[in-house]
Amino acid sequence: MKHLVIPAALALMLAGCGSTPDSSDTAGGAPVESRGGSGGVTTVTTGGVESRGLPAALTDPKSILSKRSVYFDFDSYEVKAEYKDLVTAHAKFLTDNRQFKMLIQGNTDERGSREYNLALGQKRADAIRKMLALLGAREDQIESVSLGEEKPKDEGHDESAWAQNRRGDMLYSGEF
Amino acid sequence: MFSFVLKIRAGLVMCGVLALLQAPAHGQLTIEITGAGANRIPVAIADFGGEAGAARVVTSVVRADLERSGLFKMIDPGSTAMTEASPPLYDEWKSRGADALAAGSIGESSDGRKEARFRLYDVNRASVLGGSAFVTSKPMLRAAGHRIADVIYEKLTGQPGIFSTRVAYVVRASASRYELHIADADGQNEQVALISKEPIISPSWSPDGSRLAYVSFENKKPVVYVHSLSSGKRVVVANFKGSNSAPAWSPDGRKLAVVLSKDGGSQIFTVNADGSGVQRLTADSAINTEPNFSPDGQYVYFTSDRGGSPQIYRVGVGGGEVQRMSFEGSYNVTPRLSPDGKSMAFISRRDGSFRLSVMDLASRQVQVLTDSHKDESPSFSPNGRMILIATEQGGRGVLSAVSIDGRIKQRLTISAGDVREPAWGPFNK
Repeated sequence: MKHLVIPAALALMLAGCGSTPDSSDTAGGAPVESRGGSGGVTTVTTGGVESRGLPAALTDPKSILSKRSVYFDFDSYEVKAEYKDLVTAHAKFLTDNRQFKMLIQGNTDERGSREYNLALGQKRADAIRKMLALLGAREDQIESVSLGEEKPKDEGHDESAWAQNRRGDMLYSGEF
Repeated sequence: MFSFVLKIRAGLVMCGVLALLQAPAHGQLTIEITGAGANRIPVAIADFGGEAGAARVVTSVVRADLERSGLFKMIDPGSTAMTEASPPLYDEWKSRGADALAAGSIGESSDGRKEARFRLYDVNRASVLGGSAFVTSKPMLRAAGHRIADVIYEKLTGQPGIFSTRVAYVVRASASRYELHIADADGQNEQVALISKEPIISPSWSPDGSRLAYVSFENKKPVVYVHSLSSGKRVVVANFKGSNSAPAWSPDGRKLAVVLSKDGGSQIFTVNADGSGVQRLTADSAINTEPNFSPDGQYVYFTSDRGGSPQIYRVGVGGGEVQRMSFEGSYNVTPRLSPDGKSMAFISRRDGSFRLSVMDLASRQVQVLTDSHKDESPSFSPNGRMILIATEQGGRGVLSAVSIDGRIKQRLTISAGDVREPAWGPFNK
């Protein structure tokens, strides 16, 4: 869980590198790097900047809000009772801080079809999203998506690795 | 029936040598064949005449293609070059055991390019079966070899050859480097279409072979793109709130079926290739994913857990009644229709292992084609004779091409990393 607290510099790197893998990418308009350029100085602005401004409550290891992961049983999409306090705390934070947005990423273990696992991961992310919404978060603050089996936290091939990967992560703006 | 398993390494060596001549060997796919057809046709490919270097390239491509198919037994042609103009000594070829013989030459065409000519003979009937000439630039000599192999394959088996086709696949070079590759069907002439720090899955060829649809996670969530291969131009086809995935082209190339979670759950929609005209196709609370159009464009086959376990269903393109297609076992996913629409490849879990299976749609008979553990992402060769899958060997992702009767297996590995998510492209017209 600690790995989710991404230091600002690393977040910058991740965001800067991940946004446009190909200079011929016309889908998202001109590459970010060229937008502010004139006179030889190119201003690079990425989404990662905000993470410096995350309140301590979200990053302090002593705060429950620094925990972001909900683990699921095999073939299950139910948020277990032991994660209720965690999800409730994040719902309260979102309710009290309407300017914050959250991306919930659902994950699965590696077994089976990639696309089917993507759908399973979506079910897990949706379960967390619905619980947050019931507890007061606004729909426009939260987006649930799936990474399926594509981003394993543990790259092993046994039950303990799979258990780590059956997971939903709650990330705030600037952390993804 | 007893099935004879062969390991042929000659083709592999030939490929390796040509790889050095052709392009950097870094990350090249190598192909190993295990198993062969029951009745292989004995065929001799004589050393082509004309320009020696060029002739060697073309001759070895033709031989390697035919050998890799598993349908031919290559007869030693001796070392005397033979052009399409040399009258064949039928009795001599008969005594060597050849049923068919090909000979040809490489020369200069009138416009200064290369011209590959060849003729194919029926040795037993002492007659000409066919022949052609292909004009090409020098760097494309291998392509001429593939064209010749396609003609020979079609004349001798009655099925179109697939040696001139291309395949797409994803290479995971590291946890933060994913590459979408395009290569010739023999693994050569590899080109990189996309490099990303985040995963790329589900590549799907447009019917004309000019574009690939796929799912990219570069924005920290799954988004569907259509990528024009020659220009590198990319269009976002689906980037709605939530997940966007599983693109599949309609046979006319105008639409895609995609899976969107924007309205809750994972539902199948159709969308125009430019991202406009989104229409919902499935409507229930279950998972609906992995759409695949039937070749006549009438049905969409898909995976759903609406019955409690993942199974394969189909629905008319205009909606309506949903029909369940798979019944055996508790996990049947990733339906892919054969080009003639008569059979369906899919992945079935058997005894805890995920195996490539084929269903004859008329009889609903299912045949499991492999004994591997982690098969996924099947796609048919455009002539319907082979199915390309991703599987695992020694903890590494490899590709495997399996004949539809399960007898011939080719394994494609890459030195640079994990290979996955293969998609066999259409005929190269």
